[in-house]
Amino acid sequence: MLERAGAPATVLIAPTGGGKTLAGFLPTLAELARGGHGGLHTLYVSPLKALASDIKRNLLVPIEEAGLPIRVEDRTGDTPSSRKRRQRADPPHILLTTPESLALLTSYEDAPRMFAGLQRVVVDEIHALAESKRGDQLMLALARLQQICPGLRRVGLSATVEDPAAIARFLAKHPDPCEIVQADPGPNPDIAMLACDQAPPWSGGGAAYAIPAVLEQVKRHKTTLIFHNTRAQAEIFFHNLWLANEEALPIGIHHGSLDRGQREKVEQAMVRGDLRAIVCTGSLDLGIDWGDVDLVIQIGAPKNVKRLVQRIGRANHRYNAPSKALLVPANRFEVVECVAALEAVKAHDLDGDGRGDGPRDVLCQHILIAACAGPFEADALYAEMTSAGPYAGLTRAGFDACLQFCATGGYALRAYDQWQRLMQRPDGLWQLRDPRSAVRIRQNIGTIQDTDTLKVKWRGRGGAPLGEIEEGFAASLTPGDTFLIGGQIVRYAGLRELVVEVTRDPGRKPKIATFNGTKFATSTQLSQRILRMFQSGDWGALPAHTAEWLRLQSAVSRLPEPGRLLVETFPQDGRQQMVVYGFAGRNAQQTLGLLLTKRMEELGLAPMGFVSTDYATLIWGLDAVTDPAPLFDLDRLEAGLDDWLAGNAVMKRTFRASATIAGLIERQVGGQRKTGRQATMSSDILYDTLLKYDPDHLLMQITREEAMRGLIDFDRLREMCARVGGRIDHVALDRVTPLAAPLFLEPGRVPVRGSAEERLLQEEITKLMDDSGLAQITV
Amino acid sequence: MKTHGFDFCGARLSALPSGGLFWPDQGLLVVSDLHFGKSARLSAVGGAQLPPYETRETLLRLEADIEATGAGRVICLGDSFDAVGLDAALPEDDRLWITRLQAGRDWTWIEGNHDPGPVSLGGTHLAEVRLGPLVFRHIASDAAAEVSGHYHPKARLALRGGALSRPCFLVDARRLILPAYGAYTGGLSCKRAPLCDMMGPDALAILTGPQPVPVPVARLT
Repeated sequence: MLERAGAPATVLIAPTGGGKTLAGFLPTLAELARGGHGGLHTLYVSPLKALASDIKRNLLVPIEEAGLPIRVEDRTGDTPSSRKRRQRADPPHILLTTPESLALLTSYEDAPRMFAGLQRVVVDEIHALAESKRGDQLMLALARLQQICPGLRRVGLSATVEDPAAIARFLAKHPDPCEIVQADPGPNPDIAMLACDQAPPWSGGGAAYAIPAVLEQVKRHKTTLIFHNTRAQAEIFFHNLWLANEEALPIGIHHGSLDRGQREKVEQAMVRGDLRAIVCTGSLDLGIDWGDVDLVIQIGAPKNVKRLVQRIGRANHRYNAPSKALLVPANRFEVVECVAALEAVKAHDLDGDGRGDGPRDVLCQHILIAACAGPFEADALYAEMTSAGPYAGLTRAGFDACLQFCATGGYALRAYDQWQRLMQRPDGLWQLRDPRSAVRIRQNIGTIQDTDTLKVKWRGRGGAPLGEIEEGFAASLTPGDTFLIGGQIVRYAGLRELVVEVTRDPGRKPKIATFNGTKFATSTQLSQRILRMFQSGDWGALPAHTAEWLRLQSAVSRLPEPGRLLVETFPQDGRQQMVVYGFAGRNAQQTLGLLLTKRMEELGLAPMGFVSTDYATLIWGLDAVTDPAPLFDLDRLEAGLDDWLAGNAVMKRTFRASATIAGLIERQVGGQRKTGRQATMSSDILYDTLLKYDPDHLLMQITREEAMRGLIDFDRLREMCARVGGRIDHVALDRVTPLAAPLFLEPGRVPVRGSAEERLLQEEITKLMDDSGLAQITV
Repeated sequence: MKTHGFDFCGARLSALPSGGLFWPDQGLLVVSDLHFGKSARLSAVGGAQLPPYETRETLLRLEADIEATGAGRVICLGDSFDAVGLDAALPEDDRLWITRLQAGRDWTWIEGNHDPGPVSLGGTHLAEVRLGPLVFRHIASDAAAEVSGHYHPKARLALRGGALSRPCFLVDARRLILPAYGAYTGGLSCKRAPLCDMMGPDALAILTGPQPVPVPVARLT
């Protein structure tokens, strides 16, 4: 790294444990050791607050040992405001921060003074940031800093990725070159499927069957990380693990819905080496050094080979030893996925999907941030933004539309000319009309979307919350229902002041709480491997029970075939079910669900909702589909695509996220939520209004772009339809099939608000009338 | 239009899908909390610039309800405008639209807490109205046989496979509270204070929507 200290941009790619963070700081330490530098020298940005404080600890050791005159401080949302003020007046040599805190810093009028003299910026875990809007925002902030400090050098630290050049383009100032330094990847990982006495169940995500075998592995290793794909699964597994933990091995749980205090306790215990195992989710994916992990267990299908390889890297921080990992499929379909993933890891076949241009909702937020910092010239801001990698392709018209949105709302109806948010001065510069709005803009900086969650607390006792659950899940609870949180079964007692109150209730079978954790999509490559495995009929690599399960599926129904589309229909849970095995990936399957339910609604089949996985879509409704073929008319489906924008939950969810980032919907901060929430209209109303009166509004365009890129993936759907060419195999059954069973436990069900809802409402009312004799009551 | 008819303090009333209340015997349409001009007010104080279409959306609904019911009398039950003086700032088109709706009708603006009444518009301006056995005012008092608005009540009902949340009427033996009629209005759950303390134990929520339906408040979540 020292050799390249002068390069304008460098990406260092090394597996976890390669000491790359310290390497990133070497040039900084060397330059600062010479003394004489006043003010900020190096900015370190990481996606996690915890990572910033962890790095601070690790940096202070060499600095203190060598007696270097270097001041290191961190700055995150948790930093006290007195220290934040002091940092702006008198910045340290090295400042450790997050993308959101940095964006906030650039919004202050004194930013040029604070960042004057900045030499280097180190972006940690850049592979993770490059996949999200947080990274886009960070690159816009770096473009700003580069204006203030033209000599700024950028270093990105990345885990193993399939396309290092894409990371380099993302990081470097466009069109500057960026050097890529590849560290030795180390020995191949020691990875296998965990052998269990018992076969995995036909369905489910709990992997309870593997508990004894997992416990045995925990006993044999020093510290084991047990990764899960969802928080709900982590909760269930942790609960079952404790029931079986007769030796009372110290085992903790860690995920993003747990209270911060609880998470910190687990983290500290882990660093001290007090824990033998941690049941966790993606919240432990990023590179904090959690002590001496010597085994990683992945419960459930890994979904994505690249992420699996990065997770495996968490085991064994010694550079030359192979990382040790075990995969535990939760059900028989996942056995197939795990075997396919093992083959891919061995073949070093990493997967990844390109991300396209930076989204414009982030751009709108950045324009508002720039306006907070002071008056700006549109030409200069456009030039600055297009120097950020993700926005290199931004057109002037695209930029102008965003500027117009920030200034006037950008509506076809010119309503806000007298109350513009930004206005152009006679000298051509843009500025905030009302300087007080800077406060509101700053409060809304950031691109992380919080779902509406409610805190969970013990009834009648004080103390810290147990964690949070989604508001939608809380709404479905009635007093007496039980659910799992923080590894305990609790009974729902009631809702009070937006807090879910619970009592203890061991021993009853809990409902499964839904948490909106990150849900990975199985990559295209992995899906293709699975399909090939089905098609080959050579199931030698599969355990006998799984091969048997696939044979059972072929006997009861049939297996998905190349060039054909398998559709199963059967009644289950008091509804009519239809399963479409498209193997088109989660997003395209999701779109298929949206379009099919729309067609079904038109045909009066009263669909109620659907859920999609990477290989299939399950649709349920009140009436049975007897002839599915006409539903799959591609022209019809495609014609429906535009109409379908007219009001489904996924589009509204996408709109809500983009409108919040772009500054149309203000996040509610602090105590505001408690008091102001009831009076706040839902974003759905805004969406419906725009759709009716201003369908080409910038935010509607952004919503469509976002959906097309993320949630729709219509190309793969088209490809699927072309592949199938009308060859649809409809199998009507009287019960759920082996291959369909896992779909019933999938989270992420999308409701269809159509005629079925009215019918159910009437049903419920009739029941109420009968129950209570209400029909006779007149008030 | 599917409506829900119910008796309240000796009057036969009808809850409309839109959240309007119709009293056939009197040819009276009552709507509450129109909140015209909300987007303009928010942007004037430096907030977000919401799509400026809520006034016409609300007027469209109002026009449809007036036509469907043939109401000769209209009471706007307060908070018709989102803030004082917004009536004067109303775009000319919208002002003409309101005047057109008022033509040939007995039109009353009740004072609200956001607006003391849109004085620049025609019609009668009153703090409250008594009509037959009923009294109409913006915020509920202790009086019996009272029709009011102000709280934007909302109801949430658990259904098979999910929950549904809609603006609702609240009614018990003494009191009837109307949902907000305006396009840009949120709601207050009728299970939360102060609404939950205001209504009797046998109160009903009448959910708005294509077919307004009554549900005992006790059955809501």
